[in-house]
Amino acid sequence: MEIQQTAVAGTMESSDIMVTISPNDGKGMEIDLDSTVEKQYGKAIRKTIEDTLKELEICHARVRAVDKGALDCAIQARVKAAAYRASGEQAYRWGDAVK
Amino acid sequence: MAIQLQDVPYLEEIGNIHKVFHPDSLNKNSHTLAEREKLHNKIIPSLEEAVRLTGLKSGMTISFHHHFRNGDYIVNMVVDKLAEMGFRDLVLAASSLSDCHAPLIKHIQNGVIRRIETSGLRGELAREISHGLMEVPVVFRSHGGRAYAIETGELPIDVAFLGAPSCDPYGNANGYSRDVEGGIMCGSMGYAKCDAQYANKTIILNNHIVSYPNAPFGIPESDVDYIVKVPEIGDPAGIMSGATRFTKNPKELLIAQTAANVIEASGHFQDGFSIQMGSGGASLAVARFLREKMLRDQITASFALGGITGSIVDLYEEGLIQKILDVQSFDLRAAESLKNNRFHQQISASCYASPSSEGTAVNQLDIVVLSALEIDCDFNVNVLTGSDGVIRGAIGGHPDTAYGASVAIVVCPLTRGRIPCVVRQVNTVVTPGKVVDVVVTDQGVAVNPRRKNLCRRIQEAGIPVYTIEELQKKAEAIVGIPDPIEYTDKVVGIVTYRDGSMIDLIRQVCD
Repeated sequence: MEIQQTAVAGTMESSDIMVTISPNDGKGMEIDLDSTVEKQYGKAIRKTIEDTLKELEICHARVRAVDKGALDCAIQARVKAAAYRASGEQAYRWGDAVK
Repeated sequence: MAIQLQDVPYLEEIGNIHKVFHPDSLNKNSHTLAEREKLHNKIIPSLEEAVRLTGLKSGMTISFHHHFRNGDYIVNMVVDKLAEMGFRDLVLAASSLSDCHAPLIKHIQNGVIRRIETSGLRGELAREISHGLMEVPVVFRSHGGRAYAIETGELPIDVAFLGAPSCDPYGNANGYSRDVEGGIMCGSMGYAKCDAQYANKTIILNNHIVSYPNAPFGIPESDVDYIVKVPEIGDPAGIMSGATRFTKNPKELLIAQTAANVIEASGHFQDGFSIQMGSGGASLAVARFLREKMLRDQITASFALGGITGSIVDLYEEGLIQKILDVQSFDLRAAESLKNNRFHQQISASCYASPSSEGTAVNQLDIVVLSALEIDCDFNVNVLTGSDGVIRGAIGGHPDTAYGASVAIVVCPLTRGRIPCVVRQVNTVVTPGKVVDVVVTDQGVAVNPRRKNLCRRIQEAGIPVYTIEELQKKAEAIVGIPDPIEYTDKVVGIVTYRDGSMIDLIRQVCD
């Protein structure tokens, strides 16, 4: 999947994460994270974001994430939604289901 | 015939008769009461002059109460003045400190404050101290532990600066005013009572001087040396909220309902029982669920202790609680009840929780419901440092009531956002697990293995009981394993237990 435009998913509410994905001109993955649980989970959140993008076969993206203590499942969902919106892709793959 | 000292046998042994009475030493005052109040009183025109009269010197200990919570103007006003007057290296012994005390940071940096003793720290001041602002570690004491340290002389107070919503010209002071409706009120002055009693000198700061006698009073004139009238003592909105909000959070309601069921099953839910409930969302809601059970079984409580909230007052006014012992009024409804209800009694921190006396109120508790930031697999509780290791809370009466109450119930969610509340090891031990009996979370109950009978009773009531390890694993499965917090070697805080012994240390966090 290719990132074509800037897109956002998520909110700034507690237990959510706001993910903004933009094109990165073939320069790989860049993740800028601001998290209320940086000290305890910063590494884990970055890895979840990266793994989720890899799963969608995205190699180049700039990600800006503002995290308010979201769980892994919420992080994955927000990253995927932002990635689909940013790529313009309509054939959603939610887990095993293709829609 | 004139009497003489020489006439007295054993005068030296008696030792306390030094002179013969002479009427010249008497100056009878024939003013009216109104004139006396104006002409002969303890009111000093300025704070500066009052400070001079106390004989305060650099390096001495000053004390404050925290009944004005986050609306307090007294601490900042007094320390600003002491800085201006050139005092240095003072020990600031407050019953607690809040977000609003961030201006103390500059007075620590400029050497006016050398050391702090408190129940807790919050906000910017707490963050700075966690990051190594102070050279000397902060000493944290529980409410009972502080009273004990003051009584035993471990924490001698040179000058107490106590804000009071009402005071007469001789120092009878209280947390509400009887002659006006509304106005600033904080309710009980429980923490201030010890300071006034034991401080070498006590100054009352006040913006509402009422006529003598300001009865009933929280602080008696015999404990007061000087009174200073100041324009403002605090921000009413920060001192207390109008009525305590009843939580609508389903997690908290579930916890509260389960906690009420645990109380019912504990064997202590019988006529004449005693209880303390905290001010957190879940522990407040426990009162509502307990009320239904009390009405159903026609059970009344002999007294409620604490930290009093409107929900306790509701039960009192309904006849379900006979007496209220109030060291601190948490909301306006509690403060108004203290003013108006005959058996709503103000008590000092010492009466509340000092370990010096078997009669201390916490020792008469059947049940206490307490909150927690974290609880670990040994049932140790942390209410002082956040999951990032930064100070952000207060010990309060947690270890006092947990020890005193026959059944100490800790209520907390299993996780808060991504933060686990049931953990392998708490960041900071405030209350030792040995005296914590039951943990109630939204995802299950655990009972301290030391309390086998209690555990059996709870199980027999049909409440599923897990081991604390099972709860901890449940939490970990949801949020993952957090990275350990990085600290430097520098000690920034000493956590003391009730008797003044050291129970844990807080270290500087790395950035």
